[in-house]
Amino acid sequence: MSKKIADPTIPKIPAAAKFQRWFGRNLIRVYMVIAFTYLFIPVAYTFAFSFNDAGKSNLIWKGFTFRNWQNPCGAPEVCSALANSIKIGFLATLFATILGTMIAFAIGRHQFKGRSTSNLLIFLPMATPEIVLGASLLSLFLVFKINPGFWPTVIAHVMFCISFVVVTVKARIASLDPRLEQAAMDLYANEFETFRRVTLPLVAPGIAGAALLAFSLSFDDFIITNFNSGTVITFPKFVYTAAARGIPAQANVIGSGMFFLALAIVLAGQFVNGRKAR
Amino acid sequence: MGKIRTPYLLLLPGFGFLFTFFILPILNLAQTSTQTPVGGGDTGQYEQTFRFQNYIDAFLDNKEQFARSFIYAIIATILALMISYPLAYAIAFKAGKYKNFLLVLVVAPFFTSFLLRTVAWKQILGEEGFVVPTLRSLGIISQSTTLTSTSFAVVMGMTYNFLPFMTLPLYASIDRIDPRTLEASGDLYANAFTTFRKVTLPLSMPGVVAGTLLTFIPAAGDYVNASILGSPNTKMIGNVIESRYFKIVDYPTAAALSFTLMAAILILVTIYIRKAGTEELV
Repeated sequence: MSKKIADPTIPKIPAAAKFQRWFGRNLIRVYMVIAFTYLFIPVAYTFAFSFNDAGKSNLIWKGFTFRNWQNPCGAPEVCSALANSIKIGFLATLFATILGTMIAFAIGRHQFKGRSTSNLLIFLPMATPEIVLGASLLSLFLVFKINPGFWPTVIAHVMFCISFVVVTVKARIASLDPRLEQAAMDLYANEFETFRRVTLPLVAPGIAGAALLAFSLSFDDFIITNFNSGTVITFPKFVYTAAARGIPAQANVIGSGMFFLALAIVLAGQFVNGRKAR
Repeated sequence: MGKIRTPYLLLLPGFGFLFTFFILPILNLAQTSTQTPVGGGDTGQYEQTFRFQNYIDAFLDNKEQFARSFIYAIIATILALMISYPLAYAIAFKAGKYKNFLLVLVVAPFFTSFLLRTVAWKQILGEEGFVVPTLRSLGIISQSTTLTSTSFAVVMGMTYNFLPFMTLPLYASIDRIDPRTLEASGDLYANAFTTFRKVTLPLSMPGVVAGTLLTFIPAAGDYVNASILGSPNTKMIGNVIESRYFKIVDYPTAAALSFTLMAAILILVTIYIRKAGTEELV
């Protein structure tokens, strides 16, 4: 790994050896390029085929067009599925973030009896396979004669998102300097004021990150949704059912759009954080 | 007085929710797993008879799918570890000021829907894609060999889809390693390989354990990759549970299979954590 400086007393290095040396030094960079190419192949494919003049089945390249992007709702059901996913994702994120943040504050900021049991209860849903979560929740709904549909799906999503919110917010709370809160108290802020004006703003980026994570988990979930949504079609469900007969190019438009939107949000967040840090 | 109650008040709504929609369903599933069909009743009507034989029947009928799930999940986990470790290492130690940007790039593909990406792989590896004709014309695979509908495609899809679950925890623990410990190892005449084996790897163990668990658990229960990229010969236990639920309406068997899957995963994970020698989980 250490960089060796070329000895100037050696006049000529054969090209093969030169390449070998360059390769040895840059092996890890070469590797990174390969790994990222692998990661982005299906994304690039999805993006490229969003411009395919495909008609109904988007399997073979038939020519370039902007039409799919101009009319993303052109294929039947694509946009209603997207709207369902956004609604469910928004509601699930809202509830999971509130409930999860409260738990994170309890575990991260208080010593109490049953703390390790609480940690276990948070860990368990993450360690349970999705199919078991989905199947068990559906059986409960069936026992209580609740039909699967929109709200059961929201409940299911809140359930599996809570743990991820807790873990994310807890990590942020753990990284806080307790002296900042002590300083606020020294300056005669009461407990509530300290929380509102010092603790909460400091934890806020963690909460925002947790909410983003919860939304993307909810938006992308298929297995648990498939069990609990009944006749409600979400975007992943739409893709799954359409996969058999070929997905309309409009689904690629929406997938690519989501990709660029999420990328923009994350990069903007980093930029804001970077400027604050200065 | 109020101080003592605060944590419990904060926990109450969330844990009430988790109790109702996570613990209760699991208990209810346990109950369902020993039910039998009502004599002369409609399909989907079951009564509690505590028939534990359900478990044995369910397992024996589907042992092939069980074995396949675990073999696929283990291979996918190992592949993901082999791909992610150098990547996480490179981002932590070699990326300099591009560290955060590269981390975003690792997660970015996952903003495109998981299903869209899996379908994309199906089309890339399929007959109309560019991979198969290229490999055929180069003579690497025979004219009759296909890539989709094979275990190769399923394992590859799983490896790809669960990659960030491996890379992120690995990165988190490698990034915490003080580079001075690596220098110290070099000063003590360890070569690069020995330094890796004796210093880097042991220090990154919590990340390896967390990453392998976060990859293995969803992979073992997955059925999306198997149904999009596989064939009837690559069915995993998730496919069986799903069809027992929706197509055959055989809730007791589906419940027994879910519990067996969960138990098998828990046992494997416990042994693994013991062996890996770390109690620290997430």
